[in-house]
Amino acid sequence: MEWDWEFVWEIMPMLLAGVRITILATILGSALAAVVGLVIVIARRSANRAVSRTVGFLAEFIRGTPLLVQLYFIFYVLPDIGILLPPLLAGVIGLGLHYGTYTAEVYRAGIENLPRGQWEAAKACNLTPVQTWIHVVMPQAIPPMIPALANYFIAMFKETPLLSAITVLELMNQAKSVANSSYRYIEPITLVGVFFLVISLISVIGLRWLEKRFGRVA
Amino acid sequence: MDQWSGYLGLILQGAWVTIELTILGSALALVMAFLAGLGRLSKLAPLRWLATAYIEFFRGTSIFVQLFWAYFVLPLLGVPLSPLQAGVLALGLNVGAYAAEVVRGAVLSVGKEQYEACVALNLNRWQCMRHIILPQAFIVMLPTFGNNAIELLKATAVVSLISLADMTFQAQVVRSQTGNTLIPFATILLLYFAMASALSWGVRRLERKLARGLDGVRA
Repeated sequence: MEWDWEFVWEIMPMLLAGVRITILATILGSALAAVVGLVIVIARRSANRAVSRTVGFLAEFIRGTPLLVQLYFIFYVLPDIGILLPPLLAGVIGLGLHYGTYTAEVYRAGIENLPRGQWEAAKACNLTPVQTWIHVVMPQAIPPMIPALANYFIAMFKETPLLSAITVLELMNQAKSVANSSYRYIEPITLVGVFFLVISLISVIGLRWLEKRFGRVA
Repeated sequence: MDQWSGYLGLILQGAWVTIELTILGSALALVMAFLAGLGRLSKLAPLRWLATAYIEFFRGTSIFVQLFWAYFVLPLLGVPLSPLQAGVLALGLNVGAYAAEVVRGAVLSVGKEQYEACVALNLNRWQCMRHIILPQAFIVMLPTFGNNAIELLKATAVVSLISLADMTFQAQVVRSQTGNTLIPFATILLLYFAMASALSWGVRRLERKLARGLDGVRA
């Protein structure tokens, strides 16, 4: 089979529509993962043993099982108990929960890297826990986390094709439907690869910049 | 109750395919990791470029796209692959690219004095790598290799989409035959978790075994 440029231009609008959904899913998933990670890390630090243990085990469980199966679970099992989700929403929840368990580790490392003296100083200054977090811990802990978080968001971007398995019409699914209706696989599937490579190379450049801007400067 | 044992058998068959894929994929990934990781540290510039291109390409595109490309496009270019071969190839090359960076980082983490000791003992580059650097670097690599192996195990679920009858695929079969969604999916989630736990336990044991006698060497 030969590479056909005319066919490439013909399918481009459909693929670009897919790219939009892919990027949308990544952004929403990242936002959710950032929040879920925060919830996990706070729950794991809770003084209540039952809460911290349960959340710890759940996070471990989610991290040890495939995202694809979790997506199936959200999309096919939840409707049985009356929770019917549109595909994109189910996909975003799956991505957010799965990557939330990873971002939780980033937060944990960032918080634990803060010298003990800072906590003690906050106590010595008679700050309340909320003030301690907002004025002392967060401003110091967050900047070093940013590159690591961005790294996981890029990883998430590369996992979005899995959403095609639960019928989200993102890039991969568009390519597959083009391929199935035209019986040409080379161009659509290769173009998907090119799109992913280009977007992730651009984001890697962005990541390098973030690393220079925020990384390792105390 | 009787029919469930039959369906469980189906899922266990799939579990075997998943294990097979994980083992073969990890083996390929390990080979690629050392080839590309050491390639990036090579003195020969073309070898360095080749290794870098491999690593950036496979880390930059998603495993999913690579798998589809291996399964749908390669046959059209004259390389017919069975689903299992395509799966092992894509998984191994993808995870190998991530692990290559681990190899590179671990080799670079070995102290300069070790290389100087090699020179002092008149070892050539290969002997130095084989007997001095790699044994120390390997212990540094192990924990991350363990994580990579778990990532690979999780990525095997994707092969169900190219009609390879792994655990996820069989769960879908059971779902379509019984109409029950909760039991098959809950079963395979537990099985995946059990496999991942077994993997991390095995790696931790191996780590302890290899670290024995090296306490004084490591900083």
